[in-house]
Amino acid sequence: MSCWDTIADYGLRSIGIGERLLPTENFTLCQQFTLIGSGMLWNIYFGVLALLAGFFFAVALAVGKASQSRLIRKPAEWFIFVFRGSPLFIQFFFAYFLFLSLKQVIPFFSPLTSAWLGALVVLFFNTAAYSAEIFHGALQSIPKGDLEAADAYGMSGWSRFRRITFPTMLRLAWPAYTNEAIFLFHATTLVFFSGFPAWRQKGDALYYANYFADKTFNPFIPYPILAGYFILLTLCIVGLYGLANRHLNRHLPSNARRPIKLRPTLLR
Amino acid sequence: MFSYCSDPSTLDGLTWLSCYLTTGKHMGLYVSVVTVLVLLAVTAPVALLFGFAGAASARSRIAPLRWFGKAYTAIVRGVPDIAFFLFFVIALDQGFEWIRHKILCSDWDQPIRQGSDFVVCDAAKLPLSSSPQWVHETYGFLLAVLTFAIVFGAFAANVLFGAMRAVPRAQMETAEAYGMSHRQAFWRIMVPQMWVYALPGLSNLWMVLIKATPLLFLLGVEDIVYWARELGGTKNARFTDYPHGDWRMWYFLALLVFYLAFTKVSEIVLDKIMKKLTHGQATAAGEAQRKAAA
Repeated sequence: MSCWDTIADYGLRSIGIGERLLPTENFTLCQQFTLIGSGMLWNIYFGVLALLAGFFFAVALAVGKASQSRLIRKPAEWFIFVFRGSPLFIQFFFAYFLFLSLKQVIPFFSPLTSAWLGALVVLFFNTAAYSAEIFHGALQSIPKGDLEAADAYGMSGWSRFRRITFPTMLRLAWPAYTNEAIFLFHATTLVFFSGFPAWRQKGDALYYANYFADKTFNPFIPYPILAGYFILLTLCIVGLYGLANRHLNRHLPSNARRPIKLRPTLLR
Repeated sequence: MFSYCSDPSTLDGLTWLSCYLTTGKHMGLYVSVVTVLVLLAVTAPVALLFGFAGAASARSRIAPLRWFGKAYTAIVRGVPDIAFFLFFVIALDQGFEWIRHKILCSDWDQPIRQGSDFVVCDAAKLPLSSSPQWVHETYGFLLAVLTFAIVFGAFAANVLFGAMRAVPRAQMETAEAYGMSHRQAFWRIMVPQMWVYALPGLSNLWMVLIKATPLLFLLGVEDIVYWARELGGTKNARFTDYPHGDWRMWYFLALLVFYLAFTKVSEIVLDKIMKKLTHGQATAAGEAQRKAAA
């Protein structure tokens, strides 16, 4: 069996297209590359959707946390504290069993017990909380002069937020937000280790890497393959976010721009 | 546990709960909480040591040592940490067995990797197949500690490397002007001063370490996640004196609250330490403290 056949069989295995049976013996390098790469589809799916949806919620939360009114500030603060202060791993477990109980009362919630939706909801809340903290920090460090200038131009309320506060916040928060995006993608590997079942062995990249390591009792091949894929993914994210960063800072002279610096202390 | 617990079916309300929460299996849960605390207490200093060694070697003037240090600090940037956890546990285990095999069984002529098996001679097995259960458990725990220390050492190395660079260059130049050697300047000038710069990063790391402890579950240690799943599952009246439905949700809620409380307490303590350390320092925070007092 050539490598092309393997790719045709297993390339989309993680979403249920192609050969059903996973290889059980005589594992080839090609099989490991193909299956782990196929699992990456799930990591990208979780990461992209959670980031996109989480962004808007995070902005709302950050504005809420910076609000004058206690009624708005307190819930936002608590939400951020709960999701940032507890391990994501425990959040996954809790959410899974919560959804299981909900399902028994109201069958409408049954999709939530499968990974594609349930885990996505948890990741969405989680990234919203982490990003909100970043955005809140940026809101606090908007230069006073910018806001005074907006006042002088007679802007207030929504138009001030849309034209001054929001773009400046985004510009200041962007380097930290890039890191958040990278670590969110890393966090997606936890999904299938935390209660959510990999239905018909449709799992993510780490699920397959772990499968191979268990079967061959040799961790030195599947995990480096996984690492390679993730380094590639990280480079893509850095590239994309770098483009956005350039766009956000295009009005500044080149020496006043803040480059994106990768800071690794963000495990959940 | 208590004398009135002899017939649980007659109990109700709080007395039932007090009996339920003190069964032998729940004691296992409480022991595993202690395991987590021990893990934190052991891992934090070891990881700091690893981190210090990593950061120091990343600054070394000997090229191979510097490459090693840089590579060590770089590994955590691009790859999910849980992949490292899963990798190191097997890799370390096999590494130890391989070394023992080379030393103890030099007359062994078969290959170690036979297809999908990893075969070493009986004397090289870790722990020995004849050793009691607790040795196996301790060995598993030690492997987990070492794994945590390696991964978090890489994080700490990053923080300390940054802190070493944050020490003002003029301080090192002054040391050189006084005729100190590189080694002397490093130990006498840089190391004592870098901690103020490192503390925010290190306290962040401590929070991260707390939040990483549930991953012990993935390393095969019977930790709190294991017990929460075990104890929370539906219990049939035929097998236990305390039958109940699926309570796993509540057990994990309790764990969530436990971690939140732990995080909050750490936050308060670390804030206090930071205030102590910045007292009298020539930094913005130290200056703010001075002005507030005046």
